[in-house]
Amino acid sequence: MSAFFRFLGLAIIAACALFAAMRAVGNDYVFYAGYTVLEYVVLACAWNILGGYVGYVNFGVAAFLALGAYTGVALGRIAPVPLPVMMLAGGVVAGLVGLGTGYLTLRLRGIFFAIATLALAVVLQTLITNWDFVGGSAGVYAIRPKHVPIFGSYIQYMVFLMLTLAVVVVAVSRAIETSGLGLGFVAIRDDEVAAEATGVPTLRLKLIATALSGAFMGMAGAPLPYYLTFLEPSSAFNLTYAVNSIAMPLIGGTTMWFGPVLGALLLGTAQQVITVTISSEVNLLIVGLLLIGFVVLAPQGLIGLLGLTGKRRSA
Amino acid sequence: MVSFDLLANAVVSGVLLGGFYAGVAAGATISFGLLDIANIAHPAFVVFGAYGAFVLGQRFGLDPLVAALFVVPVFYLAGLAVHQVYHRAFERRGDDSMRGLAFFFGLMFVGEVVLILLFGVDYRYTSAAYASTSIKIGPVALPLRQLIPFLGALVILAAAQLFLSRTFIGRAILGVAQDATAIRLMGADPVRLKRIAFAISIALAGAAGALLLVLEPVEPAIGREFIGRVFAIAVLGGMGSLPGTWIAAVMLGVIENLTSIFAGASWAPAVSFGFLLLTLAVRPSGLFGR
Repeated sequence: MSAFFRFLGLAIIAACALFAAMRAVGNDYVFYAGYTVLEYVVLACAWNILGGYVGYVNFGVAAFLALGAYTGVALGRIAPVPLPVMMLAGGVVAGLVGLGTGYLTLRLRGIFFAIATLALAVVLQTLITNWDFVGGSAGVYAIRPKHVPIFGSYIQYMVFLMLTLAVVVVAVSRAIETSGLGLGFVAIRDDEVAAEATGVPTLRLKLIATALSGAFMGMAGAPLPYYLTFLEPSSAFNLTYAVNSIAMPLIGGTTMWFGPVLGALLLGTAQQVITVTISSEVNLLIVGLLLIGFVVLAPQGLIGLLGLTGKRRSA
Repeated sequence: MVSFDLLANAVVSGVLLGGFYAGVAAGATISFGLLDIANIAHPAFVVFGAYGAFVLGQRFGLDPLVAALFVVPVFYLAGLAVHQVYHRAFERRGDDSMRGLAFFFGLMFVGEVVLILLFGVDYRYTSAAYASTSIKIGPVALPLRQLIPFLGALVILAAAQLFLSRTFIGRAILGVAQDATAIRLMGADPVRLKRIAFAISIALAGAAGALLLVLEPVEPAIGREFIGRVFAIAVLGGMGSLPGTWIAAVMLGVIENLTSIFAGASWAPAVSFGFLLLTLAVRPSGLFGR
């Protein structure tokens, strides 16, 4: 337990240092770019809880993200609630939807769960498009408060929240790895039948992972309307979120928390640069090619190439 | 009050549409149902086929149906190559579930982006004359742009069915689907058989793409709409049965069409995916499964 708190302390110090460095640059662009990178750190780690540890692919990242975003929008229409409350609510809703989807399909083979998550994204997008209360197909404006105490500008406040969430996700990921829960996850990933036969409650563990993973994605989505200031279904459900959130852990390495963080930091930052300097299509092309290249040639990802996995998986 | 004419037209055009969906799903039924390869890039290959037919039409003035004859062999070769990579990187390592899915997902995404870079996001369509005419039988209209894909898909399914049930290699492929070890004991190479079957599934995707160009204008991301349909049909049709695929596809086409006419077109995309979620939750062995 003390190891966990030492890790958490280090993570908080690192986060504070990062935030201080971003403030030192004194340019709002750094915060806008940084927000996206941090958002991907959260999404990649959240995806990895189910995809990397348990081995079940979630293609519906955008669905969970959008659930968080639209939960926030719906709440905001009812009462002026602060952003952290929206994040918590978005997390709860996305977690519950994850639980429901998992309950329906996780008893089948993994491939059916993967296809169901793809399906979930389209069904939810259709529902949101037809739901006028949250803007429907026309979209909805999210007005940022002009000024926030302590932080000054709203984007700094959002970066702070996302950074906090990133620390939480990383800490939870690491806690899972070192706990019995993580052992159960890995047992399922390596051989589900054998795990079930030796008494691992596979369905319950898969549901826990799906709910956790979905909840973190939903939490990451809640600030999205305020980041974009205008939210429409096609941007909230953008496939790019899914591609990136899958590519980042697979490129970084899926066996430990450091992989998705590394993948998200490298790929996220590179994308900010490429999108600005070349074009967003080329940027997506590079992500896709990297994803294919890594799954084919380097199944252990960067941490495998760098020899950081600690333990070797039997290939 | 819904008039009979409207209903009849909606059902007929749903059947035509569904018949075309069967053509799109035929390849996936082979790769997913028989070979257990979840090629979620299958619809992307269909869109590639449509663009192939479009380019052949632009350059050489070929009709999409003639262009299909050129698209199919190229796609067969591409299918051989993709399976080679898939087999070496995933199947042989016994690591085909998670990374294999990510691989096809990446292929789909890269294909889409490449098409956007090459052709832009504008809709492309064929200039074939029949695309804008229709036959009328009583009150029911049969637009040729729907009828031709419907018939073309029937040809695709019938050819695939005959190949699988009547030829030596086709029956060997069915054998691999049942028991690869037994096939190996018979002295055949299961990997080679799977490669052929996968290449056929991609070739069928190319042919379906040419039909897609007849049916409607295409844009690079149009394949996404078909992911839900293809897998809903493959699962509902009983995983690996081509007649089952056809019946499931026609059902889906009719329901989708009725939904978009009576509830609004914006609801149509949810139909196939909702169908799929429901199938997975209630009857994962398909309509006709045991």
